[in-house]
Amino acid sequence: MTGASSPTPAKVRALRIAGGTGQYLALGCYLVFLAFPLLWLLSTSFKSTRELGSLHPSWLPEDPSWDNYRAAFEAQPLLHAALNSLVVAATAALVSVATAVPAAYAMARHRSWAGRVGTVWILVSQMFPFILVIIPLFLVLKNLHLIDSIAGLIAVYVVWNLPFSLWMLQGYIKAVPRSLEEAAAVDGAGRLRTLGSVVLPLLAPGLVATLMFSFVTAWNEFFFALVLLKSPENQTMSVILTHFLGTEGVADLGPLAAASVLATLPSLVFFALLQRRLVGGMLAGAVKA
Amino acid sequence: MSLTASRADDVPGGRGTPPPRTAAQRRRALGLDRGTWFLLLPALIPVLVLSVGPLLYGVALAFTDAQSGRTTPTRFIGLANLSDLRFDSLFWDSFTIGLTWAVCVTALQFALALGLALLLDQNLRLRWLARTLALVPWAMPEVVVGIMWRLVYHSDAGILNDTLTRTGLLHENVDWLADLSYALPAVIVVGVWAGMPQTTVVLLAGLQNVPRELREAAHLDGAGIWRRFTTVTWPALRPVVVSITALNFIWNVNSFGLVYVLTQGGPGGQTRLPMLFAYEEAFTYGQFGYAAAMGLVMVAVIAVLLTLFLRKKLTEDAV
Repeated sequence: MTGASSPTPAKVRALRIAGGTGQYLALGCYLVFLAFPLLWLLSTSFKSTRELGSLHPSWLPEDPSWDNYRAAFEAQPLLHAALNSLVVAATAALVSVATAVPAAYAMARHRSWAGRVGTVWILVSQMFPFILVIIPLFLVLKNLHLIDSIAGLIAVYVVWNLPFSLWMLQGYIKAVPRSLEEAAAVDGAGRLRTLGSVVLPLLAPGLVATLMFSFVTAWNEFFFALVLLKSPENQTMSVILTHFLGTEGVADLGPLAAASVLATLPSLVFFALLQRRLVGGMLAGAVKA
Repeated sequence: MSLTASRADDVPGGRGTPPPRTAAQRRRALGLDRGTWFLLLPALIPVLVLSVGPLLYGVALAFTDAQSGRTTPTRFIGLANLSDLRFDSLFWDSFTIGLTWAVCVTALQFALALGLALLLDQNLRLRWLARTLALVPWAMPEVVVGIMWRLVYHSDAGILNDTLTRTGLLHENVDWLADLSYALPAVIVVGVWAGMPQTTVVLLAGLQNVPRELREAAHLDGAGIWRRFTTVTWPALRPVVVSITALNFIWNVNSFGLVYVLTQGGPGGQTRLPMLFAYEEAFTYGQFGYAAAMGLVMVAVIAVLLTLFLRKKLTEDAV
């Protein structure tokens, strides 16, 4: 217990106020650091060419217009790139989650062997420089005539998404009470039946979160897409965006900003919809590791 | 003697070792029955074909003279690539830059994220806003993050120069990403911006796993903020800290897109991270074997650093 030596109530209150102010100040700095580039991107995307050329940039566009967005669609095949990204990301997410579910189940329920190998592989797979994987993949896909093809990229993303899907899913599966499965087993259900009719329904929210996470990862990915997709009509959003940078780094700032905002929207919507569950799922693995 | 004493925890039967298993349990632990194999197979096949296979192939390529688009067959040349690398001063420059980048970004990410997580663990009014905003950099494509910061750093139209000159901190505009001495720090700031929020969220979740009763008990016992942090919070948070820092470090060593968009490795190679260097070597100059050898050196370094870093964790709570 705090004894007779404790400070006077007035002093305690003053300290608490000072501490509180300091905390809010720190939080304020953080919010500025985080939000300021975002607001700048948004503001730039609505500015006129004349305003972007002025020597003293203003915080907010003087005469906001959609011109840059229109120009962005004219300058690059944005719609087509968005469609490519959508197809690639959605297919890769669906396939990787579908293949991950049984394996995640085995990892979660057979901790000893499958669990350990799985966890080690997940960690190791994060460790290898992509260059060591991309050169052989490039050569193999080239021999299969899958270079510059969306199908090749999807295949790469499926495998690339797998470690994290496994990680998240096994966390969700561990949260499903084992007693339910045991009850199903007593009732005579086989392993696949149990997985299908007992575990999967309870897993639905986790599945959705994992799907969305895989989608966003694939939608945002750049390196593999840059190496594997050559012709503009096959390229995804990330790669198309770099065309706005132009050669020698001379860029048309307005359309560049507008296209960037558009490329971010789908991921942001998914994250906003799902943020709570997503964080929970990602951490299910990380915290217990 | 002091050495052995300090390792008491690692000795079998010491604290943290599981109780001995029965023979039946051990048998079940080692062999997998057919059902489990069946469950693992759908994930195992694509992984073997598109991840483990290429990885081994990539390692093999490091010992060949493989080049893109040439007619003579690829030859096995042993350690020639690796010994060439030894004298490639450009590679070692990029190696140093890469380590500087990875260490700085990881350390700053962690320091800022820890402070912020402790802050957000308190009951503050704007907490929801900070938590929501924390997810945004995480959800953004790295290409967009790079483009966004190019707009911030832009020498004429950028907000950074404008703010700094208006407040008198700077006399004339700086071209941050093209300046020999500012480019690396400037990209490091972007790296921190992009990764810090995720680390914060992980640490925050770790903090919520610290038993509240323990902290309250320490508080009642008269422990101050610092004592409470060092004796209760930190030990409970440590496993999370170790995993997230190790992962962040690996991710940062392997990063590519952010800097590719920001500077393409310039000015004068000042921000040419190893991945950018290897990418150029492979896909601009077509030197597949040589680039693979660079990848191999990177793996080796990461592996050594991680072993040093994780040795303790692995022996303590074997996965």
